[in-house]
Amino acid sequence: MSEITPELVEHLANLARIGLTPEEVQSLTGELGAIVDSVAKVSEVATPDVPATSHPIPLVNVFRPDVPGETVTTEQALAMAPEHDGSRFKVSAILGEEQ
Amino acid sequence: MSAAELMDYDKALELFEPVLGFEVHVELNTRTKMFSPAPNPANEEFHAAEPNTLIAPVDLGLPGSLPTVNETAVRYSISLGLALGCQIAESSRFARKNYFYPDLAKNYQISQYDEPIAHDGQVEIELEDGTLFQIPIERAHMEEDAGKLTHVGGSTGRIQGAEYSLVDYNRAGVPLVEIVTRPIFGAEHLAPQVGKAYVSTIRDIVRGLGISEARMERGNLRCDANVSLRPRGQEKLGTRTETKNVNSFRSVERAVRYEIQRQAAILAAGGTIIQETRHWHEDTGVTSPGRPKSDADDYRYFPEPDLLPVVPSPALIEELRAALPEAPAVRRRRLKEQWGFTDLEFQDVLNSGLLVEVEETARFGAAPAQARKWWTGEIARIANAQEVEASSLVSPQHVSELIALVENGELTDRLARQVLEGVIAGEGSPSDVVKSRGLAVVSDDGALIAAIDEALASQPDVLQKIRDGKVQAAGAVIGAVMKAMKGQADAARVRELVLERASQV
Amino acid sequence: MSTELITMSAAQLAEKLAAREISSVEATQAHLNRIADVDGDIHAFLHVSEAALSTAASVDAARGGGAQLGPLAGVPVAIKDVLCTFDMPSTSGSKILEGYIPPYDATVVRKLREANLVPLGKTNMDEFAMGSSTEHSAYGPTKNPWDLERIPGGSGGGSAAAVSAFEAPLALGSDTGGSIRQPAAVTGSVGMKPTYGGVSRYGAIALASSLDQVGPVARSVLDAALLHDVIGGYDPHDATSLTDTWPSFAEAARAGRNGESLKGLRVGVVAELNGEGFQAGVRQRFDEAVALLAKAGAEIVEVAAPSFEYAISAYYLILPAEASSNLAKFDSVRFGLRVTPEGGGTVEEVMAATREAGFGPEVKRRIILGTYALSAGYYDAYYGSAQKVRTLIQRDFSAAFEKADVLVSPAAPTTAFRFGEKLDDPLAMYLNDITTIPANLAGVPGMGLPIGLAPEDGLPVGIQLMAPAREDARLYTVGAGLETLLEEQWGGSLLAQAPALGVER
Repeated sequence: MSEITPELVEHLANLARIGLTPEEVQSLTGELGAIVDSVAKVSEVATPDVPATSHPIPLVNVFRPDVPGETVTTEQALAMAPEHDGSRFKVSAILGEEQ
Repeated sequence: MSAAELMDYDKALELFEPVLGFEVHVELNTRTKMFSPAPNPANEEFHAAEPNTLIAPVDLGLPGSLPTVNETAVRYSISLGLALGCQIAESSRFARKNYFYPDLAKNYQISQYDEPIAHDGQVEIELEDGTLFQIPIERAHMEEDAGKLTHVGGSTGRIQGAEYSLVDYNRAGVPLVEIVTRPIFGAEHLAPQVGKAYVSTIRDIVRGLGISEARMERGNLRCDANVSLRPRGQEKLGTRTETKNVNSFRSVERAVRYEIQRQAAILAAGGTIIQETRHWHEDTGVTSPGRPKSDADDYRYFPEPDLLPVVPSPALIEELRAALPEAPAVRRRRLKEQWGFTDLEFQDVLNSGLLVEVEETARFGAAPAQARKWWTGEIARIANAQEVEASSLVSPQHVSELIALVENGELTDRLARQVLEGVIAGEGSPSDVVKSRGLAVVSDDGALIAAIDEALASQPDVLQKIRDGKVQAAGAVIGAVMKAMKGQADAARVRELVLERASQV
Repeated sequence: MSTELITMSAAQLAEKLAAREISSVEATQAHLNRIADVDGDIHAFLHVSEAALSTAASVDAARGGGAQLGPLAGVPVAIKDVLCTFDMPSTSGSKILEGYIPPYDATVVRKLREANLVPLGKTNMDEFAMGSSTEHSAYGPTKNPWDLERIPGGSGGGSAAAVSAFEAPLALGSDTGGSIRQPAAVTGSVGMKPTYGGVSRYGAIALASSLDQVGPVARSVLDAALLHDVIGGYDPHDATSLTDTWPSFAEAARAGRNGESLKGLRVGVVAELNGEGFQAGVRQRFDEAVALLAKAGAEIVEVAAPSFEYAISAYYLILPAEASSNLAKFDSVRFGLRVTPEGGGTVEEVMAATREAGFGPEVKRRIILGTYALSAGYYDAYYGSAQKVRTLIQRDFSAAFEKADVLVSPAAPTTAFRFGEKLDDPLAMYLNDITTIPANLAGVPGMGLPIGLAPEDGLPVGIQLMAPAREDARLYTVGAGLETLLEEQWGGSLLAQAPALGVER
């Protein structure tokens, strides 16, 4: 049986910054439980001797020369912003402390 | 905020052993950002840009944008790793650190996690009394900086009580190297000084490498200080706090001292230290609690799929190692000898954290003794009064120019101090200030002779004394002439001319 | 003439344009008319370009002026809405990006424009490419031109429906776990997922960075190859882009048409991808296609890929994990939707409310699943294990390609299903990708092309061909060979058998 509880779903939604209604928490708990039970089978074959693959085609040392290139203008940057003051993006008050 | 209860420092050290740790972020001065080709505001060339003008799609986290790695930033990071005495990883990779914050455009920071570019090093620092101390380095890794928030509304400009915030992403993506120490034992009562000397040494190293502007007041170098205490005789480490925003050498010293005293008071009263982030307040000299560490700090690191591993070749590492400047300790010994300073004079420079300034000023042509005199004297005095770093006031080039003006006789020491004030006030280079304030020494002999003749004529008794060989009597005439010239004359030259005229008139 | 203009292949259209038998304006107008006629039923397009005719006119003018133009100059093309276009909204099928116009073009779009193709508009898709039916589009589903009660596949159902309903001769798709190949299978069209890194991802709104690949959607193998030639190749904006020099895929397709290339070709049938749960008519047509290949001289070998059994599980850990991070940028700060809770709220609350309102249920499900998979304490069991399965799958491919030049499987386990049939059962929906996912996990190229109609429902069945990484050309050669044999049997293309749509002009 899965370890997905409504409390865990709420915690994950908070980490992912997604508001959920109580109904959504309920349905996601069931759905995620079923999915997790199903996908957990990866650990059956993932033995310690098998290396992990993070990139399908192995490449290394892909660099960009340190030369200024394409940028966007302030106007372009702000054009799609929900709110701005003419040069900066505007957001409502931030809870808590500086990061 | 209310000040915490503090224990007497010596008492605290009697009861507890302080254990330190530092995380120093160095902004690299590459021309472009870590992961985008936008100009880098941590490079002097782009420092004063308007908000949101140094941005590429990836710096704004625009949909579809992709990061690319700045090759120069990688080279700089490897050089820094080598200068810190680190091993350079055979293979190193980037990872995403996931958390939401409005200054973090993608809501993840590209950093390094399990495979940093450099690890296991050691840095030697020199304390005020000349003793050497080893700082163990755990790792140095590459990452990107976040944007800048401005909090508007409320009374303080601080985050609490603000009505809204404004975000400028110019700084987003600035290349950073984060240097993390291992726990530092054995600093004992010198712990605050160890902190200051360590950060100052890091600054010397990165400036020596030329990879960062390294100006703390601009945030090119930022320090988080970890402090924990353990009762004497106890092996287990105490709970530590992480003090952020400690952004001058003096603050590092003060913040470490403050935390030792604060924690000691709590522990002695039977309390417990909360593992938390604390903020240093430069103005009040205290730390205040921030977020406690919690489950919310689940950063969900995973290998950055948009970027590939960095596998520096042994040839590259050797090339960069060969190009390293000498180690700070070696360099200090060399400079002391080269400059011919006494132990005391040299310690004076070191303890003021002005070695680089003096060195650079000398490189621009000034006599080292003069450079030392100005930096540790007048400039340090003003910096102290203004509570800023001396290095932030004036550039070595300008100091060198100032010294040259004095040497050439164009300025007296007194005038030079006025010129310095002008330079610090942002009126331009020393020669600009001389011009705009009209401060040059009067070197027109004609004007001086006229004034001397007038003074001699009005003081016939003095003239007679000089003619009689009582040269010291000339002082009165010199004083009168200097007064007439409003001090803008070279007293030595005036004296010469007075003696000359006295024999002729 | 109008009907002919929309039913001919892109290759034929290109020839007539080059010969100036027709103009790009005529060809473009014919397709715009078709869109006006049938897209009310099909809903393949989210946006139809207002600039298409003027773009076409400028291509005609350039050709009239004697300019040397590329092989597809003047040919209209539809663009999946996952790709950024500076002159059209780019929503990725999500409400959170409604009306969003990026300040830049995706590299593949830029290449289309540089090659003088004519963008017709943006095609529908499952929100952020999460789905196999387009039922997860925030803008309503696309209908399958073969049966308007059925799904066109997903996520690229819009592009597949656009070409199979003759609304566009060519389209761009993106394929993370089958989003090009599965829609091709269920609409009787051709789709190619190139080798990972063969086509730039820059400007493709990321779903899962290590799996995503942009590719061509068309009605014939040659047409797909012609489009692949335009969009493929190295892009310095994408660090995962391959620097390989690629052969002409169009030439590879033309070379395959005579059937010679099938002689002695070793064709591996993947046992694990043709088993339980596959529709009878799908298996029948697949077996017939394999028999046809054998008859043409191919050597059929059975290959085992035991780890493929774990592919879906690995995929549904890796994809949500990467997606949870990639989709964090949709936070209401710099672009896209902003929803403020009643009475205002902190930025955290605004972000949560925006993402609650702006994301559909499947996106939320996968983000939360991915957040879980990356969480401290679960990483090793889930994400870490999935990355290991990836290694095992690559090993299976390597072993299989020792025995076979190409691998084959049905492109999808069933023909097009009815709307709503699997909507409430995410796991059943995920199983649609069982045949296509291994290629994404390993980065190898895969092609889907039609092999007939299932006897039981008269709906298209597709085959999938897979080749080793970087051997994309082999798929065009083999695909064109098989296509030629099939069309000889059918007496024309499979799509010629599709029911008529809309009002004939």
